[in-house]
Amino acid sequence: MTALTSPVAKPPRSARTRQRRLSSQAVWSLSLVTLVIAAFIFYNQILPNLADSVAGPVSRWAPITAINECLIYVIMALGLNVVVGYAGLLDLGYVAFWAIGSYVGAYLMSDFIFQLKDGIHIGSSTTVRTLPGIHLSFWAVLAIGAAVCALFGILIGFPTLRLRGDYLAIVTLGFGEIIPQFFTNGDRIGGLNLTNGTRGITPVDPINTGYLSNILGLPRTVGLSPASLPYKFLFFSVLAAICVFVSLRIRGGRLGRSWLAIREDELAANMMGVPLVKAKLSAYAVGAIFGGLGGVAYAEHVGGALADSFKYSNSIFVLIMVVLGGMGNVWGVITGAFVLAWINNTGLQEFGNTFNGWFGTHVEIPSYNFLIFGTLLVLMMLFRREGLLPERRTQQILREPARTEMESVGSDVEAGQASEGDEEPEQSPEPARAAP
Amino acid sequence: MTAPGDKSGAVPLGKAPAGPRHTSTPAGAEDALRADNVVIRFGGLVAVNDVSFVIPKLSVVSLIGPNGAGKTTFFNILTGLYRPTSGRVTLDGRDVTGRPPHRIAEMGLARTFQNIRLFNLMTAEENVMVAMHSHLQAGIVGTIFGSPRKRREEREAREFAAELLDFVGIAKTRYEYARNLSYGDQRRLEVARALALRPSVLLLDEPTAGMNPQESGVFTDFVYRIRDQRDLSVLLIEHDMTVVMRVSERITVLDRGEVIAEGSPDDIRTNERVVEAYLGKAATDQARGGA
Repeated sequence: MTALTSPVAKPPRSARTRQRRLSSQAVWSLSLVTLVIAAFIFYNQILPNLADSVAGPVSRWAPITAINECLIYVIMALGLNVVVGYAGLLDLGYVAFWAIGSYVGAYLMSDFIFQLKDGIHIGSSTTVRTLPGIHLSFWAVLAIGAAVCALFGILIGFPTLRLRGDYLAIVTLGFGEIIPQFFTNGDRIGGLNLTNGTRGITPVDPINTGYLSNILGLPRTVGLSPASLPYKFLFFSVLAAICVFVSLRIRGGRLGRSWLAIREDELAANMMGVPLVKAKLSAYAVGAIFGGLGGVAYAEHVGGALADSFKYSNSIFVLIMVVLGGMGNVWGVITGAFVLAWINNTGLQEFGNTFNGWFGTHVEIPSYNFLIFGTLLVLMMLFRREGLLPERRTQQILREPARTEMESVGSDVEAGQASEGDEEPEQSPEPARAAP
Repeated sequence: MTAPGDKSGAVPLGKAPAGPRHTSTPAGAEDALRADNVVIRFGGLVAVNDVSFVIPKLSVVSLIGPNGAGKTTFFNILTGLYRPTSGRVTLDGRDVTGRPPHRIAEMGLARTFQNIRLFNLMTAEENVMVAMHSHLQAGIVGTIFGSPRKRREEREAREFAAELLDFVGIAKTRYEYARNLSYGDQRRLEVARALALRPSVLLLDEPTAGMNPQESGVFTDFVYRIRDQRDLSVLLIEHDMTVVMRVSERITVLDRGEVIAEGSPDDIRTNERVVEAYLGKAATDQARGGA
């Protein structure tokens, strides 16, 4: 959590905006940390002791599992934001990393690889040390999952380096299909059962808390039991916080600048010494790492890796979160992810129930989810293209016409006249339009 | 993340390096850049045919020629966008033929663009800092954890950016988005961005396009100020003959992919083949007949 509370170290973009930026970031971070702690205390201590009349609606409208799922989507959306929002590379197959992360988690925290009779147990939460299969500590698996995904990110990124726009989108779309298909149909590859097909790999070991259990008084294992869900919430929050911190830090540094430059003008960036291959691959890798973390967390969240959960629509869903939230802006993306994930897993269901209760109808509202998201997207594009919380620069391009663009309307030949406007530091489009 | 090599990492970013930048330059390489017998074919079309070309150290030279003469193509070969079919390009005595653009940029060849290509939704300062990419060394880990070295490096980079913006005369636009700058300031920002590479050769592609005569006049002094204070050679592609004649120490004329003349502005002004290339053969006959 300390990660979130120290935005001070983020390099200030400018002396003038430093004060405002820092304070806004500090406010965001502090309020989120407070919110997380408050929510944890509420779900862990208060909710179980409340009367049913109060606890009922709360656990229907905002069950802790739903919130945990929202956090996983936040991690995913932050990862996709690095690729799409920062580097401007449209990735339609992001679900692949999610799947890889989940399966890495499942391989390393279950008895799926039963051929290892005595098993490999390193720091895992399993009590019986002779269970077959690989059982590693959840925290180690997070790192491994992230590393494997980074590798796949680079692998997938490599053939797409020369592609732009539509072509890039189509290739990533392909990868997003291939990898989940491999997991779905991987139970009879050359007579080997590599992925257990549609049955998926379950169950995975609960999260081990290790030393933390002694220090903080956490339970020894955090699995699927209702009592352990608030702790899972805490862990996922920390994970999301790390992703937020990393996103912000990289954005402010040399690498983030080169990503943005690529997004703005790839050729010019290259001519100014930005190595395109390296910069793009690192964008894919960082995005994939977030996806891997989210994937491992998702395996814990549902208690296994299920091939069915990694559909193409999930890639699109995460992309919608990024776009609706505000591409490039970390806080916007978080908001977008949280809101949409909640609507999808709880909001629609509960709203449908309420609606049906009122009118005595039997409309299956949740089945209209993509109709609703599509409508939402169309409405957003019509009325608020920059997203809920846009990045400052996105707002610029959508709200104000480029100055030179406006001036070129007036005069092509006498473009030199433009420099007469130098005295006005903030030129609004109007005077430019009036120029001859 | 940084490419290996000493580069200029040893020189503090904020200071203009004194003396020759590349200490590893082989002795006897007096030319900042040279192209030997460069040929490039696109299919059956020979766009640049056997062009040899030299930019002496600390000189201001121009490349002129009628439209379609192959000037920009030649520029693109120098900067690594195109790989020549045959021939060799050396920068400070080092062969750069066929190297990727970012490597050539890093080795000391910077350019501006005929049609301004700034990073529109980045501030002027950020635009300049992007070009320092190859001189900065902070890796991902250092960036994430904010290592002292990374923080110092960023601070120095920012100071250097401010210095460059001041040098080209747009210090007050530091925190403005590039797209909001006036046309003239955008051109200046492009120069500042190119200078951030700390080049030994600066290529300016039609820098006075869209300037009025008065501004073009000021531009001449600007070019010399860049050369003298930033310690580099300048190569211009330019259409405005007044500017070319005033600013260049040497001029090379291209026509249909070949060098047709080379020399001082006075030589070029009176060169028959040049006049012919620009105005057609009739013009020279007429001129001769009239004289």
